[in-house]
Amino acid sequence: MNAAVLLARYLSISLRGQLQYRTSFVLAGIAQFLNCLIELGGIWVLFDRFGNLSGWSFAEVALFYGTVNATYALAELLATGFDHFGTLYVKTGDFDRLLLRPRSTVLQLAGDELSLRRLGRLLPGLVVIVAAWIALDLPLEADRVALLALAMAGGMAFFFALLVLQATMCFWTTESLELMNILTYGGVETASYPLPIYHRFFRRFFTFVVPLACVGYFPVVAVLGVDDPLGTSRLFQVSAPLAGFAFLGVSIGIWQLGVRRYTSTGS
Amino acid sequence: MNDALGPLWAVLSARYRTLLQYRAAAFAGFATQLFWGAVKLMILAAFFAATTEPQPMNLTEVVAYVWLGQALLGMLPWNVDADFREQVRDGAVAYDLLRPLDLYAYWFGRTLAFRVAAPTLRGVPMVVFAMVLLPLAGLDDWALGPPASGAAFAGFVVSVVLAALLATAVTLLAHISLLWTISGVGMDRILAVLVSIFSGLIVPLPLFPDWLRPMLEWQPFRGLADVPYRIYSGNIPAAEIAPELVFTLGWTVVLVLLGRLILRRGVRRMVVQGG
Repeated sequence: MNAAVLLARYLSISLRGQLQYRTSFVLAGIAQFLNCLIELGGIWVLFDRFGNLSGWSFAEVALFYGTVNATYALAELLATGFDHFGTLYVKTGDFDRLLLRPRSTVLQLAGDELSLRRLGRLLPGLVVIVAAWIALDLPLEADRVALLALAMAGGMAFFFALLVLQATMCFWTTESLELMNILTYGGVETASYPLPIYHRFFRRFFTFVVPLACVGYFPVVAVLGVDDPLGTSRLFQVSAPLAGFAFLGVSIGIWQLGVRRYTSTGS
Repeated sequence: MNDALGPLWAVLSARYRTLLQYRAAAFAGFATQLFWGAVKLMILAAFFAATTEPQPMNLTEVVAYVWLGQALLGMLPWNVDADFREQVRDGAVAYDLLRPLDLYAYWFGRTLAFRVAAPTLRGVPMVVFAMVLLPLAGLDDWALGPPASGAAFAGFVVSVVLAALLATAVTLLAHISLLWTISGVGMDRILAVLVSIFSGLIVPLPLFPDWLRPMLEWQPFRGLADVPYRIYSGNIPAAEIAPELVFTLGWTVVLVLLGRLILRRGVRRMVVQGG
């Protein structure tokens, strides 16, 4: 059985499992959906009072918001196993079982759970993208759509990588720490707004150290077809999402180092 | 007096000792809140930079609002105590019924301890950071300034104490509702949503559209955050402090009485889980 088929099988088992508890996932999904609505409402309230955000309109910010939220939800959908890694695998010693199987640990953890409640963030994210696209009257050209898709794929790789790094830390700390939430949830919040409004230090950090802006702000600026107030070129904006895949490569390398260091907590 | 405060003191100090065992978690929480505060401030400051019209709140007042909000975040009644939920689920709640204490008062003490212990551990470093370290780093514009006046400071201290009692009364209502719902997961989420909007956590309440503001004035969640933070920065002038304090106190009394009433019903029909 090849990796893709195996992953699909893992995920379908997880799906069937969750459908046994329909109410619970529907409720969790609705709560998540409401959360998104409130966040967007909060942004709208500020636009209602101030008119614009250093030249950006509400619809433009909504496109940033929708893109990063949909992207993050997609990454979470596949990375739930890494998200729970400390509590479910390291603390209990269950990671031993994964190591015994003749398949990569990354594959097994990606297939751990296809968490349906993430749809509560994915759906509003996609709806907001479409609504912003219509409100901004952006032409529906193949290269624009393809660029947004590339940005989202790069973003998925990026957030997946963050969750892998969060799990890797558990090899040292056993319990997962809230600290990585700064980059995951905090990253979603940060990328919901255009990069130029942030302090120089933040902009550099989220471009060169943790390439969040490369999968969010820069390609979305190209999708919007506006000039970047930071003065980057179109070529850079279009190729920036590749940084997300590079980041994933690095994080999987670090994961392998962590796996080598793993000692079981015992039975 | 001593009889009432004794158990309260005991639960409070036990809670502190537990929390101090998890220093790494406390540090992680502090760093997270610091980051959120910084991002929020940069967003709000960018909005302010775009406008020349006078707003119901100036940027200095917003800065104080954000930092105080980050410092006192844990005090807001946005979740239920996991220990308490466990106790209802496994039936250990029956022991509480046997204690020779007023049940509501005892639970109030426990809930108060749950609400205030964590924020003091996170809040004090947050205030030190925002008030002392930021100016030292040359970021005066982003720093938490001193209170607007002596009266503002006194009013702030009293309003934070009242906010803690109000937050406890709200959390306790959620705790009592566990006697019916047992799991309480849904309750957590609903509480978090209500509190985050109506206390001013997502967007400071004065910045809401003018047509919405009269409706936001009267709801109880305002006393949790909006009132103390605005008293501190002087956005609520000294002359209006007293009525605001009465407002928070009034809602606290109402919610305590409501909680007592519901608890009496809950105990009468309670079926203890477990064997």
